[in-house]
Amino acid sequence: MSAPPPPMSLLAELTHRCPLQCPYCSNPLQLEPRTQELGTQDWKRVLSEAAAMGVLQVHFSGGEPMARPDLPELVAHAAKAGLYSNLIISGVLLNTKNLQELADAGLDHIQLSFQDAEAENADHIAHMIGAHAKKLEAAQLIKAEGLPLTLNFVIHRQNCERVPAMLALAEQLGARRVEIAHTQYYGWGLLNRSALLPSRAQVEETEKVVAEARARLSGRMSIDFVTPDYYADRPKPCMGGWGQRFLNVSPAGKVLPCHAAESIPGVQIPSVTEESLAHIWENAPLFRLFRGTDWMPEPCQSCAFKEDDWGGCRCQALALTGDATETDPVCHRAPEHDLITQAITERPETPPPFHYRRYGKIKAY
Amino acid sequence: MISENSILRFARGTRLQHDRVRDVWFIQAPERAFHADPIAVEVLQLIDGTRNVGDILDLLCQKFSAPREIIARDVLILLQDLATKQVLQAK
Repeated sequence: MSAPPPPMSLLAELTHRCPLQCPYCSNPLQLEPRTQELGTQDWKRVLSEAAAMGVLQVHFSGGEPMARPDLPELVAHAAKAGLYSNLIISGVLLNTKNLQELADAGLDHIQLSFQDAEAENADHIAHMIGAHAKKLEAAQLIKAEGLPLTLNFVIHRQNCERVPAMLALAEQLGARRVEIAHTQYYGWGLLNRSALLPSRAQVEETEKVVAEARARLSGRMSIDFVTPDYYADRPKPCMGGWGQRFLNVSPAGKVLPCHAAESIPGVQIPSVTEESLAHIWENAPLFRLFRGTDWMPEPCQSCAFKEDDWGGCRCQALALTGDATETDPVCHRAPEHDLITQAITERPETPPPFHYRRYGKIKAY
Repeated sequence: MISENSILRFARGTRLQHDRVRDVWFIQAPERAFHADPIAVEVLQLIDGTRNVGDILDLLCQKFSAPREIIARDVLILLQDLATKQVLQAK
């Protein structure tokens, strides 16, 4: 296999610590503790290496990246290396002082998460009283400072009827972008699938509302919409193809092709504490495992769309079928597509209580 | 609508950037990077928040010795598209 093209983006998950406990968190079930987190110098080296490889944008995320006191220092380092910096936060730790430090460090953009448009339900989903009010304050501070603001709403059966109110809130807060993203069902999302998976009618309604808003708000606010692949005919091109555009570094320095790739069994997880980022990108068995199309089974191998969707999501194939090399079950041609139709038919009438995202032992799904 | 009288600048959080590794230009924006072709790069390098679009067209005509109306049509389409994408904003 020839050398892969350089990666475009680096997701820097600075910490898994977070004051919120959202039941669809994209972090792994086994959260990394503070004691295992990389230090400031290690992160600076990772940022420099990423820029030298051709990464254009860094996404500082977590957990709550503002739990790291060295965040402004890392942002400044990224800016110096020529990286465009996005910061993805809950907003509950933001104040005038630390916002100014981040802006002075050269931060380019902030993405602020919201759990709902309505405070009581939002706080219930985040499992933190007063979180929504703090987020509203944070949005106002960011707007006043002048940094471009994206509002991010993860949607599911318990909030998706309020997409119109979410869009109105984003407009009212002066957001330049808004992300309306249906929950993805792996890790915590899969654990909470019965509490989160919407009905087909709910999904179609969100699509309609977003299409109307896009036409109305063109040029003023852009809307990114993530459809739930359970209701799609074809799988999503997960991460733009395995090991083709995207790198994820975990709080402890594990280097992954996507958020959930640690779940892939039988392959060593590379770490920035042992090898350079460039070496890992080009040579690590984990990155080569599903890069390109050679690994694909049928019906993917002879499928006309194999370079459109790159076989969908490997972690989803693993989580649902027990085999990461299987066809992504969301594909209507997948041998195990029944797993998806079954999950939809077996949605309970009343959503069960959330299994909140916390440190500690997780019962097997 | 963008016209010859418009004075444009890059919105905060967007910029034109040369990618040394790939030797191409990108417009960096929140959560995305748009590839900028060589013509777009020529135009965008003239955006300074002071010149109006008419001035930019004059400079491009001189540099490429092409008919002004043809350059004007293409450049206005490009600038309008980038304004819609919130990359550029009128002062």
